[in-house]
Amino acid sequence: MSIESFAQTLVFGLFVGGIYGIAAMGLALVFGVLKMLNIAHGELLMLGGYATFWAFSTFGMDPFVSLGIGIPVLFLIGLLLDRAVYHRIVRLVGEEKIKNSLLVSFGLTLVIQNLAIWLFTADERTVQVSYAGVGWNLLGVTLPYTRLVSLLIAIIVTLALNYLLHHTYPGKAILATAEDFEAAELAGINIHRVYMMTFALGASLASIAGTLVTVIYGISPSIGIIWTLKALIVIVLAGTGSILGAFPAGILLGVVEAVSGAFIGSTYREVVGLVIFLLVLILRPQGLFGRN
Amino acid sequence: MTKFLDVHGVNASYGDIQALWDVSLKVNEGEIVALIGPNGAGKTTLMRVMTGLHQPLSGTVKLGNADLHTLPAYQIVEKGVILVPEGRRLFGGLTVLENLELGAYARRARDLRFRTLKRVFEIFPLLSERQNQRANTLSGGQQQMLAIGRALMGLPKLLMLDEPSLGLAPMIVENIFEVVKLMNNQGVTIFLVEQNARRALELANRAYILEQGRIVGKGTGKELLHNNEVRQAYLGFAPTPR
Repeated sequence: MSIESFAQTLVFGLFVGGIYGIAAMGLALVFGVLKMLNIAHGELLMLGGYATFWAFSTFGMDPFVSLGIGIPVLFLIGLLLDRAVYHRIVRLVGEEKIKNSLLVSFGLTLVIQNLAIWLFTADERTVQVSYAGVGWNLLGVTLPYTRLVSLLIAIIVTLALNYLLHHTYPGKAILATAEDFEAAELAGINIHRVYMMTFALGASLASIAGTLVTVIYGISPSIGIIWTLKALIVIVLAGTGSILGAFPAGILLGVVEAVSGAFIGSTYREVVGLVIFLLVLILRPQGLFGRN
Repeated sequence: MTKFLDVHGVNASYGDIQALWDVSLKVNEGEIVALIGPNGAGKTTLMRVMTGLHQPLSGTVKLGNADLHTLPAYQIVEKGVILVPEGRRLFGGLTVLENLELGAYARRARDLRFRTLKRVFEIFPLLSERQNQRANTLSGGQQQMLAIGRALMGLPKLLMLDEPSLGLAPMIVENIFEVVKLMNNQGVTIFLVEQNARRALELANRAYILEQGRIVGKGTGKELLHNNEVRQAYLGFAPTPR
């Protein structure tokens, strides 16, 4: 394998990893704060993808510009889902919370998926922008514009989330609630509002990931669960307490998958990802970026 | 002294087990009031009821003329009633500074946070030195200082402390009681739960004794320090021979 083609493989892994990172950060955020696994996260991602597709096919809107529609729409859907469903589950404790959150979010997965089939049909849709397939050639390595912009957006979103969480009061309230929700209440934080906003923020992150997935791969109603699983692998890699750590962990998974795909064949790409997942669980159960 | 905090007829339970039975007590403005009693007497439960973390079965908690028992915890903080919880409950993964900033989350404290922060750093210079360190890397005594500093950031009118001396070295306990006295001198009313009964009674204007969920005694700190039953049960004196 030439150096160029190895570099090309690395770069493509990086691009894919950026999407993994964004998809996983939303799931990690909701998991870290609400302490429940939202299996329907991938469905929210799928809905965000459709927002991009319809904005493109009806108004001819550039998919990256359509983030301006997808993000607020999914934020609203997140608020509604929290009010209608999740705020009841957040209040539960122990085993009751674990079982109910899994059951309910899995149920929602089926509902949203079938709703999408009914509304959008089961066809796979793609977005063909004028600059698709065009790229920037850097020392023999091709950087397609769509993927380059996607990675840039992923990085910007990660930095923005870091700023929100560590440098603003609403963000610090989110981190405090994730650390110890009773201590957060004693500091004067309305934790149920934090739960609602966090869920909506998680949905918005899913929507961004959905846009990037639609631009690069295309979209159909059934893709949700695949992305939930991918995001789940990434947050275990990162460590379940680490919200921002999901981004580098996503990049890592993307690169490892791409490189192993190139060396031992793409059939085993997913397997290598899962092997790493198991190794981390066995050797470093707190995750790569987690604290004990 | 005016009536300030008024707890009246509070009953509370965890599931089928009743933890508090008809508990009533008062704290006047500017006082230091202590609550002593053995482990499992319900002291922490009472604190949880007063801060809105636990819903009582019946009874009222009032601050002045305002009901506290109908408010969620975060609105009680907004009234200036602030608890330093047992076990400190810091945001361990966040920095010392972030913990302090979160202490001033309430609207009434947020605008004044820079001034308050300066004051807290004057009281605990060590927190200023370690402001960018993660809270869970501090020692036990430093963590207790941070927990109190975080509470002070909320500009308490009534500062409640649940077992602030638990597990700390005597010198640090001294330091912490000094700070409590200092805050009281500056006009903050103090409600203190302590297992270190002697220290608490020496400091307090008045005290209540809670046993098995019931208030079984009250008096000024001095009275209780010299009360035979209290001396035997809490201060380690052997019964006087007859």
